[in-house]
Amino acid sequence: MDLLYSGLAHMNETNTDVIQGTLDMLILKTLSLEPMHGFGIARRIEQITQNVFKVNPGSLLTALQRLERNGWLDSEWRVTENSRRAKVYRLTSAGKKRLQSETADWQRRSTAIARLLKAGA
Amino acid sequence: MTLLRQFARGVRNLVRSKRANDEIAEEVESFFAEARAELEARGLSPKESLRAARLRMGSTTAVREQVRSYGWENPVSGMLQELRYTLRRLFATPGFTFVSIATLALGVGATTAIFSVINGVVLQPLPYPHPEQLVAVWMKAPGVKIADLNMSPSVYFTMCDEKRAFQAVSIFATGTTTVTGKTHPEEVQAVFASHELLSILGVRPQLGRFFSAADDDPKGLRTAMLSDSYWRSHFGGEHSVLGSELVIEGNTVSVIGVLPPSFEFMDQRPDLLIPMRFDRAKTNLGVFSYQGVARLKAGVTLQQADDDLARMLALVLQRFPPPGGYTVKMFEDARIAPNLRRLKDDLIGDIGNMLWVLLTSVSIVLLIACANVANLLLVRAEGRQQELAIRTALGANWIRLARELLFESVTLALAGGIAGLALSSGALKLLLSSDLLRLPRSHNIHVDIWTVLFAMVVAMALGVLFGLIPVVRYARPEIANALRGGGRSLSAARDRNRVRSLLVVVQVALALVLLVTSGLMIRTFRNLHQVDPGFRNAHEVDTLRIGIPDEDVKEPERVMRMEQAMLDNVKAVNGVVSASITSSVPMDGGQSNDPVYAADKSYREGTIAPLRRFKYIAPGYFATLRQRMLAGRDLTWSDIDHGGDVALVTENTARDIWGSPEAALGKRIRTNKKDDWREVIGIVADEYSDGVDKPAPTIVYWPILTKNFEGDAISVQRYISVVVRTPRAGSPSFENEIQKALWRVYSNLPLAKMDTLEMFYNRSLARTSFTLLLLAIAGGMALLLGIIGLYGLISYSVAQRRREIGIRLALGAPVAEIIRLFLRSGLLLSAVGCGAGMIAALLLTRLMKSLLFSVSPSDPLTFAGTACVLISVAALASYLPARKALKVDPVEALRAE
Repeated sequence: MDLLYSGLAHMNETNTDVIQGTLDMLILKTLSLEPMHGFGIARRIEQITQNVFKVNPGSLLTALQRLERNGWLDSEWRVTENSRRAKVYRLTSAGKKRLQSETADWQRRSTAIARLLKAGA
Repeated sequence: MTLLRQFARGVRNLVRSKRANDEIAEEVESFFAEARAELEARGLSPKESLRAARLRMGSTTAVREQVRSYGWENPVSGMLQELRYTLRRLFATPGFTFVSIATLALGVGATTAIFSVINGVVLQPLPYPHPEQLVAVWMKAPGVKIADLNMSPSVYFTMCDEKRAFQAVSIFATGTTTVTGKTHPEEVQAVFASHELLSILGVRPQLGRFFSAADDDPKGLRTAMLSDSYWRSHFGGEHSVLGSELVIEGNTVSVIGVLPPSFEFMDQRPDLLIPMRFDRAKTNLGVFSYQGVARLKAGVTLQQADDDLARMLALVLQRFPPPGGYTVKMFEDARIAPNLRRLKDDLIGDIGNMLWVLLTSVSIVLLIACANVANLLLVRAEGRQQELAIRTALGANWIRLARELLFESVTLALAGGIAGLALSSGALKLLLSSDLLRLPRSHNIHVDIWTVLFAMVVAMALGVLFGLIPVVRYARPEIANALRGGGRSLSAARDRNRVRSLLVVVQVALALVLLVTSGLMIRTFRNLHQVDPGFRNAHEVDTLRIGIPDEDVKEPERVMRMEQAMLDNVKAVNGVVSASITSSVPMDGGQSNDPVYAADKSYREGTIAPLRRFKYIAPGYFATLRQRMLAGRDLTWSDIDHGGDVALVTENTARDIWGSPEAALGKRIRTNKKDDWREVIGIVADEYSDGVDKPAPTIVYWPILTKNFEGDAISVQRYISVVVRTPRAGSPSFENEIQKALWRVYSNLPLAKMDTLEMFYNRSLARTSFTLLLLAIAGGMALLLGIIGLYGLISYSVAQRRREIGIRLALGAPVAEIIRLFLRSGLLLSAVGCGAGMIAALLLTRLMKSLLFSVSPSDPLTFAGTACVLISVAALASYLPARKALKVDPVEALRAE
């Protein structure tokens, strides 16, 4: 199932501006602060990364579907502060674990890349 | 957990696809609204915010589609939709759909039925562990012209002692025996085997113990093992059966074990397994009348095993004495050599060849059927040509169109496959219900997973194959220009017909191949029926196998008197014309061969004379079978009373030894040097004892009681067939009366089934009849389907060329000329097909050489005759639709445009 999922995921994310494979982590991290709806997540990612990452709505919503199906997110329809209906996502305990492992993994990689770049200079 | 969730969500979305779609749409809308709200909050006007949000997000539809395409259920739902669409289209044309599915079902059904026979008989391994190590021990003796020599006790004992390439070897015989001591004597199936048999087969008893060497000891306790079904029916499946006793042919035998329910051996499920008790001290070089089975050591090839056996066969001659009247030199001259076979090959014999020929034939029918379906699909796609062209022009992906066309043909094919599978299980029942054919391993034939797989794979492959034809023609990328033609251009029409013409040529060629093969079988069948088997009116001859074991009646002369008395009783039964006794009924498979020396011929010291088939008869045998007497007289009871020193020979025996039938009369013969000479008192017509498709053996008939014969002072035939000529043959009441007539003399006879001589005759022809029947059906179907194809093509091209015909007629062309036009193209196609078919048939019929009898696989008469039939039928099939051109009214044809 993992193979299928990652295959589909890549197909759908080829045109995203977010670095390949990091969108899931960004979403999980954003939701670890508080439950949010899709646009909220996009806005938060852009704000926090100071617009380094632009989030493609199609990719984001697809990623949300995928994360939800993997059991890392829960969702419910709620009325937002400006009295509109929105689907709000919340991190599950499985999602928290996933975030931890993804974060650890990312840090390991980025340290490795940083070391490599330093050595090159 | 995640997997389950993935699956559950997917299914939920599939089932409630509308709701799932609505939810996605709503989420996208809400995302959009939030984005706008945010922009407005930053001070943009509603109009500007709308524009900016659109710019930022792109089309909401595109986003929706992107989100919707996530999940495994998406391709599935696409397929389901396609399937729904395809089914709707197929249901819209029920005639087309029914004809296609029925054609395919017939083809796939016939092919699958034959495949499941091949699968069960030829492909499936024997039900023992490591069946590839099992071999049947056969030998050959080129010195005395014996191609298949059976096992003898001396060979068995030597193999036991000296084997290197074999793990173990067993000597056995199969047959019937009589269990008495119960209320009624009962005939049971038995395997008599030396103790190694079960360990060779890797069979464990479900109760009790294996046989051991002690069970083979002729002085030891008599033992037996029971089959599961015999145990259940006769001992109620009680464990106390061990140690209980049976009376088998007058001997008390104790039961030591029960075989597992699955036990089968040499295609039989015997009731009893009885040890073979040879006395080694009395064993000589003779008696090659047993069978042998052995297990090779792992990795040993058949060649290595043959070499090992050859080494041991040389030892046999040193270790055992020759039988009375023979010398060791005679055995050396026989040049006995190994001829081992895999046990499975031995079991199924050469039936594999016939089955493959049949599978090829039905596959050809299937192909022809497919060509017709392909034709129908082509016409169908042609009807949709404009639609397809418009869709292509509007930007439809051609891959999508191709998929649509393929989907249709594969759906048809799969439906045909499933229907065919159902048909094949019915056809199998029909096939196996005929007990004439006696297929080996027939209990192993059924519809199993392989059969289902076969049918589905074949159907699938066909679906793709004939689906591709319209795809290639109508769903290619460059097809858009078809829009212009509108079916009006003549050259386009001609191009289109080329595929259909090719299909027809292939059909005619394949039909010719099948017709030739069935033609050859018809010739074979006729040739076989023209052979005079030696007997007449076989349906009026009833036969019954009986035996008087020596435990019951010791003295040979008394046995003979009992047999004579039984015969007298039989003759008194109402409706009996004549009756006699023989050691073996023609074509019952029994055979025993020994050398015959003539007194007036000289034989080099120590050499062996040619072997003759030995049969033993009572007076009246030839009259009962209506076998012609060429010279001399029949045997009489007084001949037998006077010591039985007489014999009769067949015509071919007489010619072989003395040159002519007349010369044989009064000559003296014997079978070995210690015997008395016997006078030839009569010469009879040849008897085709091995079946009419085999050469008639050279037979010598001896009396049922002989003195000083084959080293015995006196010997009698204890196991005999009673033959009775009567118009009542085969009727149950008659057989009942015969049974009672025999019981009045010998009450220990078991109830046995009578068979007419015609049954033996038919059975010897069964394989030919069966092959002929199936090939004739296949050939007939092929002809019909091929002709339908041709007829369809010609009618179609007449319809297509209405306008052209109209113009020609209007310009004054004679009607006959136009008919000739179509006739010529039909004949041309069938001539090309015939030519191609001839070449294919020449190559293929060689494979069926072993099925033919005195007709060459390239028999010119059959080939020419078949081609003539095919061409004339093709001419008719072209002429009938061509006549439709007559009905074309030039004015109307032109106005219609």
